[in-house]
Amino acid sequence: MVHHDDKTVISIMSDYQGDLSQFAMVVPVPTVLQRGQIHIGDPGVVKHLDDYSAPRLVEYDDPNPCQMFYPGAEAGMRMSRMAAPALAERKSANALGVKIEAQYTVGEYDIVILSARQSDGLETWLNENGYRIPSGASAALAPYIRDGMKFFVARVNLKEQAKTGLDYLRPIQFAFESPKFMLPIRLGMVNAAGPQDLVIYLLTENGRVETTNYRTIEMPTGIDVPQFVRDDFSKTYSAIFDRQVKLNDLRGIFTEYVWNMNWCDPCAAPPLSHEELKQLGVFWLDEQNPPPGWGGAPRPMYRPQMFIAATAGVVLTRLHVRYTAATFPEDLFFQETGDSNNFQVRYVLHRPWDGSPQACAAAATYFQELDQRRATEARNLADLTGWDIADIDRRMGLNPSKPSPAWWQNLWH
Amino acid sequence: MTSNAAGFAGWARQLGAIRLPNDPRIAQMAMLGTILAAGAYLYDFALDPRQTVLTFAAALLTQAITDRINGREAINYRSALITALSIALLLRADSLWVHPAAAVVAIGSKSLLRLRGKHLFNPSCCGVIVALLAMPGVWVSPGQWGNGIAIAGWIAVAGTMAVSRAARGDLSSAFMLFYGGAMLARVLWLGQRLAVFAHRMASGSLLLFAFFMISDPRTSPDDWRGRLVHSAIVAGLAFVLGAHFYANNPLLWALFLAAPAVPLWDTIFKAPQFEWKVKGESDVSEIQTSLVCDDCDKSLRRIAPADSGARLLRLLRRQGGGHAPQQNLEGRVGSP
Repeated sequence: MVHHDDKTVISIMSDYQGDLSQFAMVVPVPTVLQRGQIHIGDPGVVKHLDDYSAPRLVEYDDPNPCQMFYPGAEAGMRMSRMAAPALAERKSANALGVKIEAQYTVGEYDIVILSARQSDGLETWLNENGYRIPSGASAALAPYIRDGMKFFVARVNLKEQAKTGLDYLRPIQFAFESPKFMLPIRLGMVNAAGPQDLVIYLLTENGRVETTNYRTIEMPTGIDVPQFVRDDFSKTYSAIFDRQVKLNDLRGIFTEYVWNMNWCDPCAAPPLSHEELKQLGVFWLDEQNPPPGWGGAPRPMYRPQMFIAATAGVVLTRLHVRYTAATFPEDLFFQETGDSNNFQVRYVLHRPWDGSPQACAAAATYFQELDQRRATEARNLADLTGWDIADIDRRMGLNPSKPSPAWWQNLWH
Repeated sequence: MTSNAAGFAGWARQLGAIRLPNDPRIAQMAMLGTILAAGAYLYDFALDPRQTVLTFAAALLTQAITDRINGREAINYRSALITALSIALLLRADSLWVHPAAAVVAIGSKSLLRLRGKHLFNPSCCGVIVALLAMPGVWVSPGQWGNGIAIAGWIAVAGTMAVSRAARGDLSSAFMLFYGGAMLARVLWLGQRLAVFAHRMASGSLLLFAFFMISDPRTSPDDWRGRLVHSAIVAGLAFVLGAHFYANNPLLWALFLAAPAVPLWDTIFKAPQFEWKVKGESDVSEIQTSLVCDDCDKSLRRIAPADSGARLLRLLRRQGGGHAPQQNLEGRVGSP
């Protein structure tokens, strides 16, 4: 999501796995979108954005410390569709109070922009046109209709999709102008069985983005963890995130990354190029006038842990939310703050020295301290993930932590 | 939730009757200090301790200088501390100099922007708005408290205690009623679930604003009718700025924009001006009101302290000759 001066570009990348003919998406939008306001994005760029901003591990004795695995983004608001009949006659749409404002085929998507007078009319229209709407959709649609919003309804055009030769869906992008800096999440809850995860990447010019109607919480970061975490960081981070969500009662949105797109340190992936940012909708970068001192096209400079690219004036905020209907009754409203501090989620591995305690006097001390450090790492991980400390000790090859004797046990003996 | 809210209001009334130190500002400072400490410790505010220290230093220094210039004998450090606490609670910045600068603006505005013997703007509101307008790297985090019903309840309790002692409970209640009413009407009109309304009303930032900022007795209208009009204007402005223009921080902007009209309400609805003045060492203190209108009842000069807030209100009501709304509102403070 890109926002600047009341202008917004939203890219929705769905990790939809099922039958493509069943896929459909309904997104409330503030204005009727022209054909030129809709675009098919490059999934590679979205993947790059995800890689660049993902939680990471650093290992201090290793020149290539970064590893990251994280499942891709999913923006909700998906509804399944039973069949793919032709669009309903406009006459029938009018009778239901639904107006087809525009319809386009863009890439592999058939897109309809609808406005409606009544939520049940809209529900009926969607049903008649083959969208299986879960019961309760009408109540969720009604507030958007009252608020004068339009509906961006997309489904897959199988013929066009076959032409692309891809077995996945490319991100769909749309650009519009509105003072609303928000993301509608209510429709995504209609047919949700349990909590849903959403990763939001926000690109702004100056500062970090936070939500104004929910608490924005920084993920714990910079903590020493045992080395085995490297073997399965994705599972570890999932556990860390689960625990944070639980500790905060599923209320609150978590900041995973905030960085000026000029650079990164350490880098999970190189920063996005000028061109990639433009593809995502960053419209305020002026290619004719590169920032002073950079002289021309972006040319990333590589150092072992650091990239510097010539992309001044773009800040990426990565927010991760797990929401339920009960804890997130409202859509997400955002503000761009004046905060220009960088933030990243990183956990630190220390590779121990590979010597013998008998090597010298200092080595003995080192190994004593090492034992303490590893015990601390085990405790840190237990605190972060909620995992059993005994299991962690076993995986680290430590003696299982015994509870320390109570203060009175050695008092009279 | 309704019974919860009623319970909180009941507590609040009882707590409000507890004898606290003579000057209501002491209680207010203690509450704001507790809220700030709880926020910084439990909610991990993006607040650097150095920013807090600098805010206090700048506020006290500016107060000392302006008091000296204005020829006051004693430094009004209590007001300065409350302003510093409010700025630390509200303002966020990514540099060290913004907080003290905002504190200087806030305290300075008390001496510079005066009309009819009162300062025009709530000092912390003025400091924060000027910082938002003119300083880089500044923001306010309205979501920082979240919307937990528990924290909302505690802020409401603390706030009720503070405003009942400072004699401005009617302003807080009326504001919550107008603003809440507008919110409820919008939620119902849009066909949203009532949970949306409850979520908005449980916002910690909203309650802090209602009980600790708009209720400032030195910058709110002196007469209860003026306060009623003022609260309606602030609530209406905040609602329109937020719901229609999608402005950030609509509450602060609404108060800032509505403040210049307060002298007008004081001209139309005459009442004695509020003064923070505490006399004597005994536990019976006096809040003096300096009379700015000729036709005001001279008996208002001396008011016993134990429930000075309530009594002052009663007197003001009688003097105003109208039927005060706050009697009916007391039980509903902060209850969504």
